[in-house]
Amino acid sequence: MRKQGKKRAAALALMIVAAGILAGCAKQTDFGKDGTITITNVSYDPTREFYQEYNKIFEDYYRDTYKTGITVVQSHGGSGGQARSVIEGAKADVVTLALAHDITMIEKSGLIDSGWINEFEGNSSPYTSAIVFLVRKGNEKNIKDWSDLIKQGVEVITPDPKSSGGACWNFLAAWQYAKVTYQGDEEKMKAFAADLYKNVSVMDSGARGATTTFVENGQGDVLIAWENEAINTVKEYPNQYEIITPSISILAEPSVAVVDENARKDGAEKASEEYLKYLYSDKAQRLIGEYGYRPSNKKILAEFSEKFDLNVNLCTIDDFGGWDAAYETFFADGGIFDEIYAN
Amino acid sequence: MTKQLHRAGKSQRVIPGFGLSMGITLFMLSGIILIPLASVLVYSFQLSPREFFELITKTNVVNAFKTSLLCSLFAAFVNSIFGLILAWVLVRYEFPGKRIMDGIIELPFALPTAVAGITLSKLYSDTGVMGGFLGLLGIKAAYTKIGLTIALIFIGIPFVVRSIQPVLETLDPRYEEAAAILGAGKFHTFRKVILPELGPALLTGFGLAFARGVGEYGSVIYISGNNARNQTQVVSYVIMQKLNYVDYPGATAIALVMLFLSFLILLLVNMVQVHQAKRTSCL
Repeated sequence: MRKQGKKRAAALALMIVAAGILAGCAKQTDFGKDGTITITNVSYDPTREFYQEYNKIFEDYYRDTYKTGITVVQSHGGSGGQARSVIEGAKADVVTLALAHDITMIEKSGLIDSGWINEFEGNSSPYTSAIVFLVRKGNEKNIKDWSDLIKQGVEVITPDPKSSGGACWNFLAAWQYAKVTYQGDEEKMKAFAADLYKNVSVMDSGARGATTTFVENGQGDVLIAWENEAINTVKEYPNQYEIITPSISILAEPSVAVVDENARKDGAEKASEEYLKYLYSDKAQRLIGEYGYRPSNKKILAEFSEKFDLNVNLCTIDDFGGWDAAYETFFADGGIFDEIYAN
Repeated sequence: MTKQLHRAGKSQRVIPGFGLSMGITLFMLSGIILIPLASVLVYSFQLSPREFFELITKTNVVNAFKTSLLCSLFAAFVNSIFGLILAWVLVRYEFPGKRIMDGIIELPFALPTAVAGITLSKLYSDTGVMGGFLGLLGIKAAYTKIGLTIALIFIGIPFVVRSIQPVLETLDPRYEEAAAILGAGKFHTFRKVILPELGPALLTGFGLAFARGVGEYGSVIYISGNNARNQTQVVSYVIMQKLNYVDYPGATAIALVMLFLSFLILLLVNMVQVHQAKRTSCL
């Protein structure tokens, strides 16, 4: 009786495991009844609205060109978290993340072939952005540039570089300003960064959280934000906020890549590549501009000269020796950020 | 001989299905709880003992341990007091709207914690309703430890209420009557008769609320401000920092220490409980 019970329990356990495995294998194939291809785009938070529109025009384009239907599934979340989910097995055919470093992380896991950064134009960044300031209407504290952020009584909102990839851009933009201002005098640059982060009153875990803190909860005088987020906030709350472009900023290059391993498995390699390539088409580039990102196509960028301050002096991540070096120097445990933000 | 003993042991079990249910129990316990916990152990052992020690004694990590443990303990303590009162009111008195009130208690369970966190931070920041009021009293709630503790009280209260309620419902009123007949005052009856009966349930509720608070992420990160300087970073936030840098060994090492500390505290709670149970059964 007891033995039988044990056997039954074992059988049941086996059945549960088997069911799990079967469910895993029986993943719906990527070709629907009518030959429709489905690809999944794993992206980060602020691109949600843009990709909703873009997917529509891409699906039309693909149907017209290849005579087969295609459906694009989107997924959004914090960039680092999204990258991790892909590494841990989320089924992404393409990734469009906030920074190259997150894609490099996926590359290291073997899912993306090396050399992805040169697969598409401009470091595989079809759109870029800059780091700007968002202030409340009237700009009471008269904030014009980075140097105004370290004044006494100015409260700054920016997320934690230790937990948000986007926040690293903010730090690096400030660092570049200090570098130019103090002509590379490291002690003075560190003092500047320390003063800046002393004025940070709330340090959220991510860019979205920081925007909520600034906009919804009314904290702080200035939010250091992505230009596209700032543009969308101004659009959403007309007459309440102003965008201030500092004299020096950093060119944020959100990168895109085909997750080769997954796309190969799905037989969607070509479609995935096409999906990213089409981001560079004139139509898509204009859409990019409308959603607050800077189009990588110079001619189309010029069409949006009213929307973007094109005179700002932008450095790039290459000025810091690439992401890996920047992480090592600034954000790793015991790096410069820890040093200037010590208790 | 052993076979006979075996059979004798089996015949004592009146309810059938021990083998099957035990099998499921072991499967669930190992599959759902033990294997994930073991993998925490395996991951954190990728660090050398020195690295491990250096990591967990870092100022911000130690501060996070302190913040998480103290705020959770305090929140669980507050919840024990107010949860007891809530349960008492809901069980002992009849009033209109009682059912609805009873249902509301469980809302913190059902609400996604991030929603709770964003709502609380809005409410308790100095532009919010509660935050504005507290601001008049000179108290800054959101983005401080006070706000953090408020969030933990919010998510912990159902544990205490739901632990005490059933015990209170089945508490024989004759005990109280007897106490009254023997001349005990109301307070005396409560302290000497009711409270000892509720003790184990209260401790369970305390333990659950505390454990939930220690592991909480969603509802606290929005209201705490996560400021290393003001020591408002909780352990789960520091773990997330590590995860964001794909530092799995670091993240799991901190988790392991947290697990150990929580286990110690829960063990202590259980020991008090057992001690109390012994005392009441002797009486």
